[in-house]
Amino acid sequence: MEHLVKEELTAKDFETDQDVRWCPGCGDYAILKAVQKTLPEIGKEKEDIVFISGIGCSSRFPYYMNTYGFHTIHGRAPAIATGVKLANPNLSVWQVTGDGDALAIGGNHFIHALRRNIDINILLFNNEIYGLTKGQFSPTSQTGIKTKSSPQGTVDRSFNPGNLALGAQANFFARVIDIEPKKMVDVMIAAEKHKGTSLIEILQNCIIFNDKVFAGVTAKDVKLDRQLWLEHGKPMIFGAEENKGLVLNGLKLEIVTIGENGVTEADILVHDAYEQDKTLHNLLITMSAPEFPVAFGVIRSVEDNSFDENIWNQIKEEKANAKYSSVDELMNSGVTWEIE
Amino acid sequence: MSKIVEELNDVVIKFAGDSGDGMQLTGTQFSNTAAFIGNDLATFPDFPAEIRAPQGTVAGVSGFKIQIGNQQIYSPGDEADVLIAMNPAALKANMDWIKDRGTIIIDSDSFKAKDFEKAGYNNNPLEDGSLQGYNLIEAPITKLTKDSVAEFDIENKSRTRSKNMFALGIVYWLFNRPLEITENFLDSKFKKLPELAKANKAALKAGYNFALTVELLPSSYKVKAAQLPKGKYRSITGNEATAWGILAAAEKSDLKLFLGSYPITPASDILHELSKHKSFEVVTLQAEDEIAGICSAIGASFAGSLALTTTSGPGLALKGEAIGLAMMTELPLVIIDVQRGGPSTGLPTKTEQSDLLQAVYGRNGESPVIVIAASTPSNCFDFAYQAAKLAVEHMTPVILLTDGFIANGAEPWRIKRMSEMPKITPAIVKGERGDWNPYTRDEKKLNRTWAVPGIKGYEHRIGGLEKQDITGNVSYDPNNHEVMVKIRAEKVARVANFIPELTVAGDEKADLLVVGWGGTYGGLHTATSAMIEQGQSIAHAHFNYINPLPKNTAAIFAKFKKIVVCELNNGQFVKLLRSELPQFDYLQYNKIQGLPFSKGQLINEFEGLLNGK
Ligand code: SF4
Repeated sequence: MEHLVKEELTAKDFETDQDVRWCPGCGDYAILKAVQKTLPEIGKEKEDIVFISGIGCSSRFPYYMNTYGFHTIHGRAPAIATGVKLANPNLSVWQVTGDGDALAIGGNHFIHALRRNIDINILLFNNEIYGLTKGQFSPTSQTGIKTKSSPQGTVDRSFNPGNLALGAQANFFARVIDIEPKKMVDVMIAAEKHKGTSLIEILQNCIIFNDKVFAGVTAKDVKLDRQLWLEHGKPMIFGAEENKGLVLNGLKLEIVTIGENGVTEADILVHDAYEQDKTLHNLLITMSAPEFPVAFGVIRSVEDNSFDENIWNQIKEEKANAKYSSVDELMNSGVTWEIE
Repeated sequence: MSKIVEELNDVVIKFAGDSGDGMQLTGTQFSNTAAFIGNDLATFPDFPAEIRAPQGTVAGVSGFKIQIGNQQIYSPGDEADVLIAMNPAALKANMDWIKDRGTIIIDSDSFKAKDFEKAGYNNNPLEDGSLQGYNLIEAPITKLTKDSVAEFDIENKSRTRSKNMFALGIVYWLFNRPLEITENFLDSKFKKLPELAKANKAALKAGYNFALTVELLPSSYKVKAAQLPKGKYRSITGNEATAWGILAAAEKSDLKLFLGSYPITPASDILHELSKHKSFEVVTLQAEDEIAGICSAIGASFAGSLALTTTSGPGLALKGEAIGLAMMTELPLVIIDVQRGGPSTGLPTKTEQSDLLQAVYGRNGESPVIVIAASTPSNCFDFAYQAAKLAVEHMTPVILLTDGFIANGAEPWRIKRMSEMPKITPAIVKGERGDWNPYTRDEKKLNRTWAVPGIKGYEHRIGGLEKQDITGNVSYDPNNHEVMVKIRAEKVARVANFIPELTVAGDEKADLLVVGWGGTYGGLHTATSAMIEQGQSIAHAHFNYINPLPKNTAAIFAKFKKIVVCELNNGQFVKLLRSELPQFDYLQYNKIQGLPFSKGQLINEFEGLLNGK
C-alpha cells in the first residue's frame, strides 16, 4: 500500500479570513493564538475539529478558527457540543464559553456535560464580567463590585467555576491565565488528551469592563508569591525564592516556608492530579489571593470512560445482539394477522 | 342453554377501574382479540392524571375505550354501549359516557358503603334509582375470582388481582369472542410463573362460564369481521407509529438517528420506544431539560445525523429559541409536539389542538418552519417519515403535530413495507468543495446544502447571527437582512410544490365543507360520512399540511358556499386560514374540553348549519 505522508499542519492553517473583532488589548487574542498553536499538536485533521460556542465576546471564537464551527445561542453550547460528539465520536470538539454563558444562563447544561463526562474540551474564559452586553456583573464577579447593573455594588455571592465543576463530578479541571501562552498550550494539549469533559478555566482580562481584575495575582511584584503552578508528581512549591510550600493542617491547607521551623521539602504536599478523591483538589481550587497563591495548571485529571464511549459501546452491544436486522423486520414482529 | 345472539354493526366498550385494576391490559386484550377475528377498531386509554391517586377515588380511575365494527372504524367512539365498572368511582367517572339503555357491568363486591363514599356518592347508586334506564348487571366479581383461583399455589394478594380477567371473561361471552388469544398471552407473560398463568386463565374462563350460566345477560352480541384491505396487520399506537416512522426514515436515508428529549406527558413513549432500538444505531439522549433536548439534536444535525426532538406544548415553548437557531442555520431537524391541553401545565393527560399557532409563529423574528400534522394513530408513521424527508431534503426544521388522543390511541395498521416508502435524498454535499459556500442554494427548493464535520475541505462556520447571502458570513447589512428573511420564507413556501394536494371526501358541490386538521380526522370523518350516507349535502377536507398549505386549498374552498373549521381549541387554524386566504368566509366549531369531538355533537352542529341556522 502506498504510504501517504500527512501534510504537517501549522497554526496558520487554523486562521480564517474573518477580521478578529475583539477590543484591542483583550485577553481573547492570546487565547486564540494559543489554540491555533495547540491544534497542530493534537494529531487531528482540520475537518475533524469542531468549535462550538454560545453567546458572549468569547463566543465569536469559532468564526476565527478554520475548522468546522458553530456559533450557537446563549448558554446552550454544551448541549449542542454533546449532540455533535454523540453523533460523531471521532471529532475533536471544543466548546468556547464565558462566565455568563457557562455559569449563568447555561449553568444547567454546563453541569450536566461535566456530570455525563462527554469527551469535549471546554474553554471557559473567565473575566468576571459581562462584556458583550457592556459591563454587568457575572456569577464570578466578586461581591461588592460596582457595575452598570449594580451601581451600589453587588450583594450577590460569587462562585468558583472549579468548585462547581467538581461538584458536578468533573474529572478534568485546569486553570491558566491569558498572559501565559506557553502554559495555555500545554494545558490545552493535556485537555485534548484527556478522555471525558475537560474544563479549562482561563482567567481572561477584559480590558474594557473589568481591567486588571486579576492584577492581584499577575502583577510582576506579586506574581511569584501568588501563583502556584501545579504539576502532577511535583511538590507544591512556589514563591519568589521557591521556598514556600503547602502542607495540610487537619482539613485545611497551610503555607509553610522550607528551612523554617524544621520544614524540609519532604514535608510539602506532592500534587496528584490523578487522585479520585476530590477533597484536596477542591482545597487547591478554592485558594485565593492574597492569603494563598492561586492554583494553576492541571489540578485534576482522573481517568474514566467518557459518556460518548459508553453510549456507543451500548449501541455496539445492542447491534451484536440485534433482534431485528431491518425496520421491515421490526414492523413485522410481535402479534400480526393477515386479512385475506 | 341456548343463547340469543344479536348482530351489531359497531359497538363501544369501556373498561374502567382503579388504576391498580389492570384496565389497560384488559382493554388491550379485548382489542387484540377483536383485531384477530377481523373487526376494525380504534382504542383510547384514559389515564388518571396522578400516578397513584388514592384507591377508590374518581381521580384514580383508569379507563380504556374501544370501538369495534364490521366496517372501517375511525374513532374509539363516544358513549359506551357497555361499561365495565370495577368500583363505584369507575361508575361515577363514566356516568355521562354511557348510552341510554346501555349495559353496565359492575363488581357488586366493591359496592359496599365505604366504596361508594370514597367515590363521593352520598347514596348507594345501586339503590337510589340513578341507574334506572340502564341494563345493570351486578356480578360478585371479587368473590367469584377468589373462588376460581382457590386451587392455585399463588400469593394471597394475587388472588383478587385476576378480577380483571374474570370481567374480561364476561365481556368475551357477551361478544362471542374466543379466549385463546388472551390465554396464549397469559402463558407467555407468566412464562416464569406458571401458577399465576393458570390462575389468570382460570379466572378468565370462570368469568366466561359465569356469564354463560347465569341468566343475567339477556343476549350476547356478534360483530362480524370488517372488510379491510388485504394485507398483514398489527395494532399500533400513535406514539409507536411516530417512532417507527422516524426509524424508517433513518434507514431509507441512510442517516444515523439522534433523539434528544426530555420526558413529558404524553410524548415520552416516543423516547421510550426509540431507546429500545439502539441496534439500529439510534442515539437517544435523555437531556437535562427541554432546551438541551433540542440543542443536542441541533448539534447532531450539524454533525450529520437525522436529528429529532420530541415534546409537548410546554416543552415546545422552551424550545422556541433553538428552533430559531436551526431555522437560521438551515439545519434539518424534526420536532415532534404531541399536543396536550394547555395553557401552562394545563391538562397534561387530555388532548387538545392548541399548539398550532405556537408551532407556526411562536418564535422571535421572522422564523418560518414547516408544520405538518398527523391525523390517525397509524398515519403518525407516514407523517413522521414525511417530516424527516422534508427536513433533510429542504434543510429546515419541521414541526410535526400529533396529540394525546392519537398518540395514545391504537388501531389496526396494515404494515408498511420499506420498499413502498418514498425515497429520501438528504442534501449532503458531494465531491470537492470547488466554489461551494455554506449558503449556496438549490435553485428549485432553495435549500442550502449539508456539509458535515469530517468531510475534508468543507470546513465552515455557521451561527445564529444574520448571514451574508451565499457566503454565510456574519452580516449586518440592512439590504442583505431583508433578502435573507425573504429567501427563508420563500424556501418554506416552496415546499408546497413537494407535498400532496388537499382532497375532499364527499361531493365537491355540497352545501357545507367541513374543514379539520390533525387528530380530529376520525371524529370528523365518522360524522360527515354518516351524514353523506343519509344523503346530506356535506363534504370533508382534512389538512395534514399546515405550513405551507396545500397549493390547491383556495381552489377547493372556492367550490363551497359554507365552510366550517372544526378544532379542539378556541379557533387557531381558522385564524391562520383567515390571514392566508382572507377571500373566504369561515364558520367555526370549537370544543375546548380536553376531549375529542363526539359524533352526535358534530352531526347536530352540521345539521344546524345545513338548515341555515
Ligand atoms: S468587552 Fe472585554 S471581553 Fe469583550 S472583547 Fe472587549 S475586552 Fe474582550
